Amino acid sequence: MDLALKPEHKAFADEIRAFARANLSPATREKTLSGKHYDRDDHMVWQQALGKKGWLTYTWPKKFGGPGWDVTRRFLFENVLAEEGAPRILPFGPKMVGPVIYTFGNDEQKARFLPGIRESTVSWCQGYSEPGAGSDLANLRTKAERDGDHYVVNGQKTWTSYAHWGDWIFCLVRTNTEAKPQEGISFLLIDMKTPGVTVRPIIMLDGAHAVNDVFLDNVKVPVANLVGKENDGWTCAKFLLANERLGIAEVPSSKRGVSMLRSISDDPSMAEKIADVDLQVQALEMSELRALSAMALGGAPGPEVSTLKVRGSEIQQRIAELAMEAVGEYAAPYQPGMLFHDSNETPVGPDHAPPAAPRYFNMRKTSIYGGSTEIQKNIVSKMVLGL
Amino acid sequence: MDLAFTPEEQKFADDVRTFVRANLPADVRDKVKNGKHLGRDDYMRWQQALGKKGWLVYTWPKKHGGPGFTPAERYIFENICAEEYAPGIIPFGTKMVGPVIYTFGSEEQKAKYLPAIRESTVWWCQGYSEPGSGSDLASLRTKADKEGDHYIVNGSKTWNTMGHWADWIFCLVRTDSKSKPQEGISFLLIDMKTPGITVKPIIMADGGHEVNEVFFDNVSVPAANLVGKENEGWTCAKFLLANERLGIAAVPQSKRGVEALKDIARIEQDNGRPLIENQSFAEKIADLEIQVTALEYTELRVLSAMAHGGQPGPEVSGLKIRGSEIQQRITELTMEAVGEYSAPYLPGLLWQGTNEAPVGPEYAHLAAPRYFNTRKTTIYGGSNEIQKGIISKMVLGL
Amino acid sequence: MDLSLSDEQKQLQEQAERFVRDKYAFDARRKIAATDRGWLPENWAQFAELGWLGMSLSEEDGGYGGGPIETMIVMEQFGKGLVLEPFLPTVVLGGGMIARAGTAAQKEALLAPMIEGKKQFALAWLERQSRYNLADVSLKATKEGAGWSLSGQKGVVYNAASADQIIVLARTAGSARESKGLTLFIVDGKAKGLSRRDYPTQDSLRASELTFDKVSVGADAVLGKVDEGFGVVEDGVDRAIVALCAEATGCMDAINAATLEYIKTRKQFGVPIGKFQVLQHRMVDCFTNAQEARSMTLMASLKIDDKDPVVRAKAASGAKVQIGKSGKFCGQSAVQMHGGMGVTDELSVSHYFKRLTMIDLMFGNQQHHLTRYSNLAMAA
Repeated sequence: MDLALKPEHKAFADEIRAFARANLSPATREKTLSGKHYDRDDHMVWQQALGKKGWLTYTWPKKFGGPGWDVTRRFLFENVLAEEGAPRILPFGPKMVGPVIYTFGNDEQKARFLPGIRESTVSWCQGYSEPGAGSDLANLRTKAERDGDHYVVNGQKTWTSYAHWGDWIFCLVRTNTEAKPQEGISFLLIDMKTPGVTVRPIIMLDGAHAVNDVFLDNVKVPVANLVGKENDGWTCAKFLLANERLGIAEVPSSKRGVSMLRSISDDPSMAEKIADVDLQVQALEMSELRALSAMALGGAPGPEVSTLKVRGSEIQQRIAELAMEAVGEYAAPYQPGMLFHDSNETPVGPDHAPPAAPRYFNMRKTSIYGGSTEIQKNIVSKMVLGL
Repeated sequence: MDLAFTPEEQKFADDVRTFVRANLPADVRDKVKNGKHLGRDDYMRWQQALGKKGWLVYTWPKKHGGPGFTPAERYIFENICAEEYAPGIIPFGTKMVGPVIYTFGSEEQKAKYLPAIRESTVWWCQGYSEPGSGSDLASLRTKADKEGDHYIVNGSKTWNTMGHWADWIFCLVRTDSKSKPQEGISFLLIDMKTPGITVKPIIMADGGHEVNEVFFDNVSVPAANLVGKENEGWTCAKFLLANERLGIAAVPQSKRGVEALKDIARIEQDNGRPLIENQSFAEKIADLEIQVTALEYTELRVLSAMAHGGQPGPEVSGLKIRGSEIQQRITELTMEAVGEYSAPYLPGLLWQGTNEAPVGPEYAHLAAPRYFNTRKTTIYGGSNEIQKGIISKMVLGL
Repeated sequence: MDLSLSDEQKQLQEQAERFVRDKYAFDARRKIAATDRGWLPENWAQFAELGWLGMSLSEEDGGYGGGPIETMIVMEQFGKGLVLEPFLPTVVLGGGMIARAGTAAQKEALLAPMIEGKKQFALAWLERQSRYNLADVSLKATKEGAGWSLSGQKGVVYNAASADQIIVLARTAGSARESKGLTLFIVDGKAKGLSRRDYPTQDSLRASELTFDKVSVGADAVLGKVDEGFGVVEDGVDRAIVALCAEATGCMDAINAATLEYIKTRKQFGVPIGKFQVLQHRMVDCFTNAQEARSMTLMASLKIDDKDPVVRAKAASGAKVQIGKSGKFCGQSAVQMHGGMGVTDELSVSHYFKRLTMIDLMFGNQQHHLTRYSNLAMAA
């Protein structure tokens, strides 16, 4: 056992850092560090730079065009990028649909979709939740009916992050209404430009627009866009959820959050609260490293990674809460210009004040999305503890 | 609405204080003040003094021989007794079986049992839980079979508090095993001297003996000892549980506990200064005090609603939950204040009242056993999970 | 970076598991706790035979060249069995401090017999007023010819009654609570002028109050340098904390396993109580807490040999905060989910709970280490 980095890993970290400094736009970096909202270009320009270097899909094995990095390199990559203020990589292509396609898709699908994901020339979004199917995802009702070599899709997806930026959406749809809920679901790729697809924004409590309703009204989707077998989509869904839970702990950005907290507060009783969340982040990081290390010895992410998601979301919330506590009453002024636009307004209060409360409000989502905390605990209770 | 006491209430407070100072035996007061364990006689001497004054059953209405206190008077009485280090009144007679008897019992039963409860000449205990029936009380299996003018009782009860000191026990027993669980239960009074009753101690995590298992082996109980109707004991049980939950919040005791904690934090040293000057620790005490205040005002609101004619509703479950958590927190912080000097385990001093010198200050050896023992408060009287279940169902309609 | 155990380490783990399984069934432990010593000489002899008493010492010191990971592996299993033998005071604290600060003569006289199982140690640092400040020492050592004379008191000294040598932290210069001016002395357990009051602790270990009345020691009794004992004791305690964290991790695994088993079998309302979501989620929180405790213990075990003392101190304090938090959560939850049975002496659960509670209080509780960590992090 050893925590120390080998010389080649140190060189690797330096290489990542140099790359980030050369390729990340200062404006985007500034948005990260001050907690402002990104626009589509902030993500795409940065992701395309990573794509060109072959690093965007850094978790992929070599045979699908990933760099085939070991656990240590992935760890360093994520941490250095977070330290440098890079936006997080939008997971819908590289971490969600990409691995589903290379695991369950056919060769044509791999050839057709993987390059666009690797290079970030195509923006993906996720069509999972529905108004009546949140925690109970298998209850989804969006129907896909076979009509010759097409499916005709009708229904509604909700909580679709960045659907308004999306070129493609991957959807869970019902292809058999007679079978048990989990057994009649298929995994379908849909071009957002197809007639019948409508996107409606949902404005969040902090005033931001990140998620949407997506309406599907007689949308024609070629059968060639079905991934895996018909009615076997639940297998893809579970695979994707387990993968998602691993990265969702967001340790590197929480580490950045802890440094941010220390930089805005020097009150001694705040210092202990910050120390406490700092230690929570360290515990989470070690737990994640232990899970990754077990995976490196040949294992898929097990259901216990659900606990990483639970803790990760609580920590993100706690950091946002402490940041607001540090700002005090100056968290009250609502300054949308400072948050969503590159406005030159002078902030009321310190520079870090405008995003404090909106971020606190917004971060409440982390214990709800990607399978709520309650659902994650159900998973662990059943799959790990056998209750 | 008014928080201030009226002149009459202030005079009442003075009367209570004068009475307690004149009648609480000094050795009992010292034991309570120093957190020592009390013997049967310690409780009895104090309760009998209260009984003579007519105050032991201070929650009872006048027509059953209680003083008929207003909610304000009850509040004053409880608080002053706690401030003056009086032992807590043992609830089994006064707050549990007494009200059941005057609410559901026959005239003969009232005449036979209530005076001795009022005067504390008889010690009662409770036979509710069984090894297989804890939270799920209605699944109890101790059987009472009718045989002529007697019931023959067989089975066992557990978590029986102070049964080794008791003269009588009130029991829930199954008189009909065919009906639904709640519908075949009866409420029976049993003399502990009846042949066939055995009491076996249960030793607690802190090494102490306060609870027992009670075994019934063909115990013959006169049918006259049945309270209420046969198979309707669940009604008595529910009535009793709701009453129990009210006092169980133990607000006056917790207020006293916070003061004791502050005294310890003034003595204990931290970097050459009294611990109470340590900001983190002072904030923990402040947080606790605020919790006690919130609980106290919630209880006052409930009492006030009852004074305007209401029974304690299911929302009193909330008082039990918070009250028990607060009691635990007090012991936790006390142990934190004592620090590593909580580690020595001195059972002689703790249980037998030997003259062994304590290690460190007098209060140190009590800190950890108290903390361990007080874990019971969120379990007994209906665990907090059960209380939340009650609120969820009865108050919130979930 | 590599977080997997080597083959030798896996063997050690199996060995320790086997020891606990064979020798520390719940009733067997009760019997050991009731003996005069509070531990069994035959178990101690077995530790020596298995090489555990010297495993973390370097080969020059007569050990087997292991380190904190080996200590972690063994202590974790000890936690599972609530093992009573004084491994922590003798090997981790005493042996470790002598190995790091002792002279060649001290090492020769003390370490070799310790490894063979023939000597035990205790560390006497705490005083009535010290709380968790290692420098709050008033026991005085004054020059007496070539040697020293010690007078004063020490409290809650674990294993003092069985210790052949007691390492005593004494003030040789400076004022109260000053870290400079403290010196460590190796004092014979039977020295003239040293008296003890022995007692059991809440978790069935043995400790003592010590009174030193002009106890004379030679110049060769000084461990490390005169007036510079603080660094040695701070480092020794930090290492002991990490070992203690591993023990706590084992306790948590055991108490969680017992609780899980209980809620799967205890039936109320016609179903195992583990079918109720309230208990399921609490059980999951216990599981998560134990995972975090294991992670922080591992982190600290990997960092406690770091060259930078600040890194070591932060690692130890960080892990101790987690252990305090997780231990309390798992302990309190286990008792609650066991219901009345959890507060009796009859089941193992209350015994694990008591040990976890005492571990939090030892060498500084959660609050103390949070403050210490916070101050170190702010200074960085």
